Amino acid sequence: MAVTNKPPVTGAGPLNGILTWFDQRFPLMVLWKSQLSEYYAPKNFNVWYFFGSLALLVLVIQIVSGIFLTMNYKPSAEHAFASVEYIMRDVPGGWIIRYIHSTGASAFFIVVYLHMARGLMYGSYRKPRELTWIFGVLIYLCLMAEAFFGYLLPWGQMSFWGAQVIINLFATIPVIGEDLSVWIRGDYNVSDATLNRFFALHVIAIPMALLGLVAAHLMALHETGSNNPDGIEINENLDPKTGTPVDGIPFHPYYTVKDMVGVAVFLIVFCAIVFFSPEVGGYFLEYNNFLPADPLTTPAHIAPVWYFTPFYAMLRAVPSFFNMQVWGVIVMGAAVMIFFVVPWLDRGRTKSIRYRGPIYRGFFAAFIVSFLILGYLGVEPTNVWGEFGKGIPVVGGDYIATWVARVLTVVYFAFFLLMPWYTARDKEKPVPQRLT
Amino acid sequence: MTAIVLDQVDEKKRRFLIVATTAASAVAAGGVAVPFLGSWFPSARALAAGAPVEIDVSKIEAGQQITVEWRGKPVWVMRRTPEMLAQLAKNDALLADPGSASSKQPDYVKGPARSIKPEIFVAVGVCTHLGCSPTLKKEVGAASDMGADWPGGYYCPCHNSRFDLAARVFKGSPAPTNLEIPPHKYLSDARIVVGEDQKG
Repeated sequence: MAVTNKPPVTGAGPLNGILTWFDQRFPLMVLWKSQLSEYYAPKNFNVWYFFGSLALLVLVIQIVSGIFLTMNYKPSAEHAFASVEYIMRDVPGGWIIRYIHSTGASAFFIVVYLHMARGLMYGSYRKPRELTWIFGVLIYLCLMAEAFFGYLLPWGQMSFWGAQVIINLFATIPVIGEDLSVWIRGDYNVSDATLNRFFALHVIAIPMALLGLVAAHLMALHETGSNNPDGIEINENLDPKTGTPVDGIPFHPYYTVKDMVGVAVFLIVFCAIVFFSPEVGGYFLEYNNFLPADPLTTPAHIAPVWYFTPFYAMLRAVPSFFNMQVWGVIVMGAAVMIFFVVPWLDRGRTKSIRYRGPIYRGFFAAFIVSFLILGYLGVEPTNVWGEFGKGIPVVGGDYIATWVARVLTVVYFAFFLLMPWYTARDKEKPVPQRLT
Repeated sequence: MTAIVLDQVDEKKRRFLIVATTAASAVAAGGVAVPFLGSWFPSARALAAGAPVEIDVSKIEAGQQITVEWRGKPVWVMRRTPEMLAQLAKNDALLADPGSASSKQPDYVKGPARSIKPEIFVAVGVCTHLGCSPTLKKEVGAASDMGADWPGGYYCPCHNSRFDLAARVFKGSPAPTNLEIPPHKYLSDARIVVGEDQKG
């Protein structure tokens, strides 16, 4: 006799019996159907829709390679650098595990930035998907924290001085800043105590938060259903006979199979980097980080890893006012936090860039360009483009790159802050009834 | 015996109990957080390692600078030449805070030289911008690589802050204040202690 009155599982051949046994004790088929085989996704997903599943893949890669790295890594100022070299030289296969992890960090940000760009382009943050977007921004914040904490662990020169600079950002907060930075470091300087706690945060605290947020992100997404390149709600056009969306197809097998193609292409590129050029010319692994941390000597040029450089360029571009340098930190923080309110800044009547007017497209293009150029400037020293002539008013004698970064910072914020104005006034095209 | 009648639930009382329980739990949670957050402050060992450092300054030659470690930070000790000291007084117009009014230094190091004895200069070699360690560029003019009008000083490679040889910041640098002068005192002409204040 069956434990419950659920029908037995069919269609799994010889596994029917064991799956029925599980299904009577666990919501196996309910989950399978609601999340995969009867989760209807719009039929017109394009290439931009690969990056969500790829982000999930990279998360798995990072967790697995990370677990194996901790088996030989020693989180102490005295042994950390040597233990990383030990992994690279002496542990069988250690080098590839470490290169998978370091390449995975950059891959994570590439995939997530493209995923976020997709969300902005097609209005995936708009009602009713605001919460999916907010969980996504929280994931992005966790990812930045994860990357920052992880970067200290090899205890190289860039690890040390990068952490030094970022923790000192907190010291710029008036009144409590100095004590706050000592509290974060657990010492008067970045030290063994700092390394040890960053290790704990990197391997336990943040990954757990990340997993929880990814689950929440997917649950919220599957509650509302996916957006699509046309920005049309497929749930508003149901087949009267089946009750399923006319323009929807089951996620499994259609999109699981499509995503596997994306995974294959991604892994080809990923493996090529891991095998042939894991440093990517100093962009994925900075050369100065092959020197052990030295608290008494600052490297000649400090730059964060590429994925933080747009924000770092903003930080550097903001001058100090009233003898306080907290402004740059505020601008940098606001540049990230502003993503949270995007769903409420956009007042356009259409979601997708396909039907938006010229003003939105112009602002969006300017935003993407400013983000990329700021990213470039953040990698380079401020004198990369030389100085203005001494005679020029206002900017005379200043670095050209600093002023370019200032202008681009304004462009970056204009995209968001002027959004309520220009999206409401834009001349949008009519949106079709069905997916195109 | 009293019978429980479900439709006679006292909603007001129930709401009060929920609020009271929540508030009490929040206080308890805050209390539990104290040891965990407190564990992030410097440990007794880290505090002990922040103890004062003794330095022999008699072996430093004129124009030479040594770096010692105090609280994990670089501390510079430099013996400045009379020419260097003479230059300091001429820098005022170029400096953001020539009198060190808004900069961190003990009361006993007044004046443009920012030191107890003019020639012996002690400073924390950590940029007040974001904590990098500036480089000594003591040559004057083009030989320093810093431009023909460079009066000698320190240069921070991270974000281009410039300081003179009393670690006072030049106008237009991202660093908001002059470099910090640590508390220090003379045990004798040859020996100083960094981390303890000079008395009187």
